[in-house]
Amino acid sequence: MSKEVLDKLLAKFPQAVVSSHNRLGDETAVIKRESLLEVMRWLRDECAFEMLMDLTAVDYLGEEPRFEMVYHLKSLSKNYRLRIKARVPEGDPVIDSLIPLWKGANWFERECHEMYGIRFQGHPDLRPLLLYPEFKGHPLRKDYPLDRRQPRLPLLAPETRRFPRSGDETGHEGEKLPDDSHEHGEF
Amino acid sequence: MGLESKLGSGFLATKLEFFVNWARKFSLFQYPFITACCGMEFMSTMCAHYDMARFGAEFPRFTPRQADFLIVVGTISHKLAPVLRRVYDQMCEPKWVIAFGGCASCGGPYDNYATLQGIDRIIPVDIYIPGCPPRPEMVLDGLMRLMDKIQKTKLGDESTQLRYEEMLSKAIREWKGPKVEAANLRADW
Repeated sequence: MSKEVLDKLLAKFPQAVVSSHNRLGDETAVIKRESLLEVMRWLRDECAFEMLMDLTAVDYLGEEPRFEMVYHLKSLSKNYRLRIKARVPEGDPVIDSLIPLWKGANWFERECHEMYGIRFQGHPDLRPLLLYPEFKGHPLRKDYPLDRRQPRLPLLAPETRRFPRSGDETGHEGEKLPDDSHEHGEF
Repeated sequence: MGLESKLGSGFLATKLEFFVNWARKFSLFQYPFITACCGMEFMSTMCAHYDMARFGAEFPRFTPRQADFLIVVGTISHKLAPVLRRVYDQMCEPKWVIAFGGCASCGGPYDNYATLQGIDRIIPVDIYIPGCPPRPEMVLDGLMRLMDKIQKTKLGDESTQLRYEEMLSKAIREWKGPKVEAANLRADW
């Protein structure tokens, strides 16, 4: 069923579509990022994709272009799905916002922005959604160090983690624990 | 009737310390700080099957100002840490803290950018209850150990609070990061 949609898409936008496949019933089209808004508008209006189910990014570190946007569309009236992808380069990680087409894209794009650092042109408010305002960097990028912590409070020293009271069972002074001071991280 | 007929109108001799601690350990007013799936086990412990009321700690206060027993149940993220600090600071002395489950004790399975690696990095903890999540029996065991600890506490012992102050001052002195308004630590922060 959605194979027909994919064929229609290929016929309508031969320049915009870079590649496409329907492996295991997952119809997917990779398009150029410049034509995203145009293609998406056509899909929504002409192919009855009323719902943007998901919007996220993938970081292919080492490849060029580095990032790939992934959009999952669903038609509620016709009951089929389509996946649209678009590559975004690291040097200029910008792509059009889909808020004019689907209002639900707003928070997806905010999350995608804070986690991957992709900017959405035309988004009204790209404040962090899940992270706190002081957070530096984009934690889901593959080059974000696994052990980098950005605490908001001064953390108590790790070697004095135990707080003995006079009624404590063991009663001895603070037990030495492995040093995890890397938690203080960089800012 | 009852006790008076046995004792008459006389008096009881006991140590003040013993009596005060005895009274404290059987009337813990808890503040449950629940953020994650451990909350299910906490509810189970609170309800009729396991019945925390048997230990006199059944009554949750929904303001920390009326509570003396903080139960931190679930994962605490760095984003949430200032809130937990503030809740702890609002409680009156004497106060006790239980870290409920692996996440609250040490970060649990989440060793990543978002998660605080144990609430004892920001507030003092009296009892750690391991488990992911711990069974209600384990929770009750932790509660009974806390009660033992309260019973053995010396009256007027401020060593925990003093040590906490000292560690906090040191941490604040060494702090290089930005000052988060939500944290509202104290004047020298």
